[in-house]
Amino acid sequence: MAAVTADQTTQGTAGTAEEAEAAHLATFDAAVAADDRIEPRDWMPEAYRASLVRQMAQHAHSEIIGMQPEANWISRAPSLRRKAILMAKVQDEAGHGLYLYSAAETLGTSREELLDKLHAGRQRYSSIFNYPTLTWADVGAIGWLVDGAAITNQVPLCRCSYGPYARAMVRICKEESFHQRQGYELLLALSHGTPAQHEMAQDAVNRWWWPSLMMFGPPDDASAHSAQSMAWKIKRHSNDELRRRFVDICVPQAQVLGLSLPDPDIRWNEKLGQHDYGAIDWTEFQEVLKGNGPCNEQRLTQRRKAHEEGAWVRDAAAAYADKHSARPGTAGAAAQPVEATA
Amino acid sequence: MTAALALGDDALVLSHRLGEWAGHAPVLEEEVALANIALDLLGQARMLLSFVGDEDQLAYLREERAFRNVQLVEQPNGDFAHTMARQLYFSVYQHLLYEELAAGEGEFADLAAKAVKEVAYHRDHAEQWVLRLGDGTAESHERMQLGLDALWRFTGELFEPVGGVDIDRSALSDRWLAAVTSVVERATLTVPSGPQSGAWAAGAGRQGLHTEPFGRMLAEMQHLHRSHPGASW
Ligand SMILES: [Fe+2]
Ligand SMILES: [Fe+2]
Repeated sequence: MAAVTADQTTQGTAGTAEEAEAAHLATFDAAVAADDRIEPRDWMPEAYRASLVRQMAQHAHSEIIGMQPEANWISRAPSLRRKAILMAKVQDEAGHGLYLYSAAETLGTSREELLDKLHAGRQRYSSIFNYPTLTWADVGAIGWLVDGAAITNQVPLCRCSYGPYARAMVRICKEESFHQRQGYELLLALSHGTPAQHEMAQDAVNRWWWPSLMMFGPPDDASAHSAQSMAWKIKRHSNDELRRRFVDICVPQAQVLGLSLPDPDIRWNEKLGQHDYGAIDWTEFQEVLKGNGPCNEQRLTQRRKAHEEGAWVRDAAAAYADKHSARPGTAGAAAQPVEATA
Repeated sequence: MTAALALGDDALVLSHRLGEWAGHAPVLEEEVALANIALDLLGQARMLLSFVGDEDQLAYLREERAFRNVQLVEQPNGDFAHTMARQLYFSVYQHLLYEELAAGEGEFADLAAKAVKEVAYHRDHAEQWVLRLGDGTAESHERMQLGLDALWRFTGELFEPVGGVDIDRSALSDRWLAAVTSVVERATLTVPSGPQSGAWAAGAGRQGLHTEPFGRMLAEMQHLHRSHPGASW
């Protein structure tokens, strides 16, 4: 349920602006505490709004940048069945981008504005996509580990306090779990295939394992946004909690795959009832974050290029919509190709 | 068998070309739309090729000269207008053809009946974009006209007879021209006036004679599969 809207709470209150603000905040806090959903028209603290926009934008950007490393293999997919699966997956990621930009729009931030920030390097996307896909097995490793880590991260977001984000996540998580299974199944086929295929699969897992663990973000004691996000119920579990949950999921799956995880320190901790794992190289994480990963430059350049080279198409669509609009002069700002809902 | 290969290769090759747009489309909605069309075509290709034999053997282990697609579908993407010109020419043809096959009793009637809805969407998508680009800005108008002109000489081949597809090709050609003309004129563009086939006899692609970019396309498409003989994926 929505909390009381701003309009309703201000009506009839003769108090000062400060009192009104305090009343809004109390309503908001109560809604969050009661696990009510905050909806676009509800009053919300500016910092909450900003934090959500930041997180949703980063998430949306990750979906569309994330298309690149996998699209890299569409033209070389080794069977028609795998090609169809991969094309559908990359298409899903574009769809996820669309849902998330729309969810961010409910907070008054346009897709155009967010893309400009991405292209200017002022907003981030997940660092995992700054690693290259060197072999076909990387497509499987991304599905299994990267989509797998994304699910672990995102399932709790289906209960996020902000309604449109939570609802977008429900739909996205369903598709991500398909991706995860497909990636796993791809690796399984390779692992039980020829020795060369097995080696390809092991090599991919070796390269993607650690970056996947880094997807959960810095350790809890070094995470800038975690505490506040948890208080607001944008986030429900700490980075380290989720990371450990992911390791616990992956260890038995790797055994079934017949592949090893490149960490000699992984072992079952009887006392804690979970797996211990080795130390993560946070220097690498920081370097990639700073822009020094293997593909940062390439990913952003391709994104900018696609956007710039598409400008005349978007302009044309806007001009056409203007000319043929029933209400002349009202259309125009956004290109709105109509067929994309299928 | 000849027919299944011809129609299957058309769908396979065009799907591959459209797949090359992934991550490069001008707007996010088109990432979704182009992938949709590519996936539909790939689905058609897989069904058609399976009439002939193993889909992967046919897709990955045939040499260039054994492919039976029309040259139109193998042409590189170019800019978005170029791709939309290719889409218009092909999807109008395929829609008219599949409608007719679906209405008949030949071996492709069931498949065509299933595919005709998808193909109608592909045609609508192409027509809408030709209208937008033709009647959009001066730049898009010019690019759209260039795309239509450049690919015109590959359109004659669409109406060459294909063994096993028993339809009136010249009637198909007339209806295609009428449909294309109507869209192109509404888009304030001009129907190209040159010949509809190049110096080679029309029907070259159906006989396994292709254009230079096709060999590179196949090299990329087949490389991984061919590098692991006998492996399954
Ligand atoms: Fe996604
Ligand atoms: Fe995914």
